[in-house]
Amino acid sequence: MDNRDKQLLLGAEAVAQAALDAGISGVYAYPGTPSTEITEYIQQSPQAKETAVRSTWSTNEKTAYEAALGMSYAGKRSLVCMKHVGLNVAADAFMNSAITGVHGGLVVVAADDPSMHSSQNEQDSRVYGKFAMIPVMEPSNQQEAYDMVRCAFDLSEEMQLPVLLRIPTRLSHSRSVIGRSEIRPQNPLHPVTDKMGWVLLPAIARKNYQLLIDKQPKLVALSDASIFNMERPGEGNKAVIAFGIAYNYVMEVITTYRLNIPILKISQYPLPEKKVRQFAERYDSILIAEEGYPVYEEWLKGYFGNDKFRGRLDGALPRMGELSPDALARALGVEAEAPRDIPEIVAGRPPMLCDGCGHRDLFEAINRALEIYPYRHVFGDIGCYTLGALPPYNTISTCVDMGAAITMAKGAADAGIRPAVAVIGDSTFTHSGITGLLDAVNDGSPVTFIISDNSTTAMTGGQDSAGTGKYVDICKGIGVDEAHIRTIIPLKKNLEQNVAILREEFDYEGVSVIISQRECVQTGVKHRKKKAQQQD
Amino acid sequence: MRKNIIISGVGGQGILTMAAIIDLAAMNLGLHVKQAEVHGMSQRGGAVESHLRISSEEIYSDLIPQGKADVILSLEPMEALRYLPFLSPEGVIITAKEPYKNIPNYPDETELLKTVEKSTAHVLVEAALLARQAGSPKTYNIVMLGAASPYLDIDPRELEQAITHYFSSKGEAVVNMNLQAFRLGLSNNPN
Ligand code: SF4
Repeated sequence: MDNRDKQLLLGAEAVAQAALDAGISGVYAYPGTPSTEITEYIQQSPQAKETAVRSTWSTNEKTAYEAALGMSYAGKRSLVCMKHVGLNVAADAFMNSAITGVHGGLVVVAADDPSMHSSQNEQDSRVYGKFAMIPVMEPSNQQEAYDMVRCAFDLSEEMQLPVLLRIPTRLSHSRSVIGRSEIRPQNPLHPVTDKMGWVLLPAIARKNYQLLIDKQPKLVALSDASIFNMERPGEGNKAVIAFGIAYNYVMEVITTYRLNIPILKISQYPLPEKKVRQFAERYDSILIAEEGYPVYEEWLKGYFGNDKFRGRLDGALPRMGELSPDALARALGVEAEAPRDIPEIVAGRPPMLCDGCGHRDLFEAINRALEIYPYRHVFGDIGCYTLGALPPYNTISTCVDMGAAITMAKGAADAGIRPAVAVIGDSTFTHSGITGLLDAVNDGSPVTFIISDNSTTAMTGGQDSAGTGKYVDICKGIGVDEAHIRTIIPLKKNLEQNVAILREEFDYEGVSVIISQRECVQTGVKHRKKKAQQQD
Repeated sequence: MRKNIIISGVGGQGILTMAAIIDLAAMNLGLHVKQAEVHGMSQRGGAVESHLRISSEEIYSDLIPQGKADVILSLEPMEALRYLPFLSPEGVIITAKEPYKNIPNYPDETELLKTVEKSTAHVLVEAALLARQAGSPKTYNIVMLGAASPYLDIDPRELEQAITHYFSSKGEAVVNMNLQAFRLGLSNNPN
């Protein structure tokens, strides 16, 4: 292999580089594992700087999606990236953008996290693609991810639809050698001319929805013709239909054990009907290998259940969790040698808060402050501080979705829990907490909201946080009584004082906000290094 | 040529740097490379690993199948054992001797090293000591890279070039210190 002119890139970075080379004018995103590195790569790319590709972080996935759609309306290409659960936040804009259609190419990257390495669920974004009735592309490896991004933009502009690119953690966070294609210039500014087509009044929405339905046969035909959907011939009456990255695991097994099983690889949706039909008719038993939910297994099996299709539903593959070459080897009947066991002496080593993390001192203060109350429920949220649910603190009682700390605490207060306490990070607060705070203010709910402000989005590696320096003003503006907006510094030496402040606010029958302010030690180190370099 | 390497340690110990250097050397040799790494939640002081595969043939899976790793290269003895199911029967463990104790139930050190010695072919390295000799405790991971280099099927000179390239933005002193660490790790090798 000649690696000159090639780059070693993470799957996420390959997507980013491909989008730049395909001529995007902007990327919009909120950080979320495993999607964060796409936007970070563009933010650091000299190529992006030269061509003025905009790339600052958005406040949440919905604002990101809408801004990307606005750029598409103006005729330019835009990329919008999020983790799988981020698509829930953007879902309103996402679903309706299939009805408006797009103008400049719009590619949505949903980075799924099967096995929930760093997530609350393992939802499969392909379901969203089907739901919105738009094309979905699912690369099997990093090079294909690179190549697909350009095709996705072309497809988006040809069909005037957003295109969803789905990448799982393993592809996003794995490096490989990538060959690039030529750089294409950005689109000129050329806004939509048929403006009424974008006004989703019922009469227009119905017309547009009909147009979307009418596009479906063409989308199927394009899938049937797609180079990403291809058959690898073999022998025998058993076969595999492998979707996306599952193809790699199947190929690993087949090349290692020299099997000669026919494979149909699918990486572009809607399902290529002809290819699937012709392939399925030829074999008696077909393993459906999908990363994520058994979406197409269910479909192919049908309601009454056709036993020739095997996979996650009949136990040939595990029902949940990410696939692996080992799972595929078992499903394909390979008798591999039993692996060695992990010796008993090995203890678990779960993630934990860094030494010197401000959240630690905050949890200590909350625990102390709560000692005198009958109820000790602390509604938590998503970030490093979720680890406060584990020993030694055991402070946090819930973690559901972005912003839920605020509104769940409010609901619990409505039901009678006193004190009702919420802990939310600064970035999570601006992402989805502000509207909930307004609800609480309007209702005069007796809740203590603690914003643990470390001036960054720490969990995903320290990205800028949208509200840094603005929290007091935001809370005042929403109508929280100034006397009940308190700031504390979570340090050992302030413990007694912080406990006293917490108790004062726990006892107040109204909305209080406590801003607990201390920079994340990890970003602190980065900032000091940067400063030192600038002074050199 | 085909090597499957698991690099293991605790979040923050520097396994991604080691992986990046091996990647670079392999890429410069015109080899295929795949290297899966861990980002996100577990980076916070949890167990982390990287699956690194280099080959003259196309590589499919980003993950190494169980029982197919040639080398476990670990910055910490207990973390070496955690990935034993991946090690092939002929595989070797190369691990730093120094435990990283950030959990209350960390096992007995002597027992732990004995378990490593019993389990498979192994190289134990006084990585902290050698790193200090090289000039900084921070070179700990590069010492380990040196110790592992005879098992990677990559010419040490290629690895040295990759180290030079990797640290070049930090100045000559840092480059030389890391090269020194690499060589100390390499010469520590009993073979
Ligand atoms: S990364 Fe920052 S916020 Fe997260 S645990 Fe470490 S110090 Fe705390």
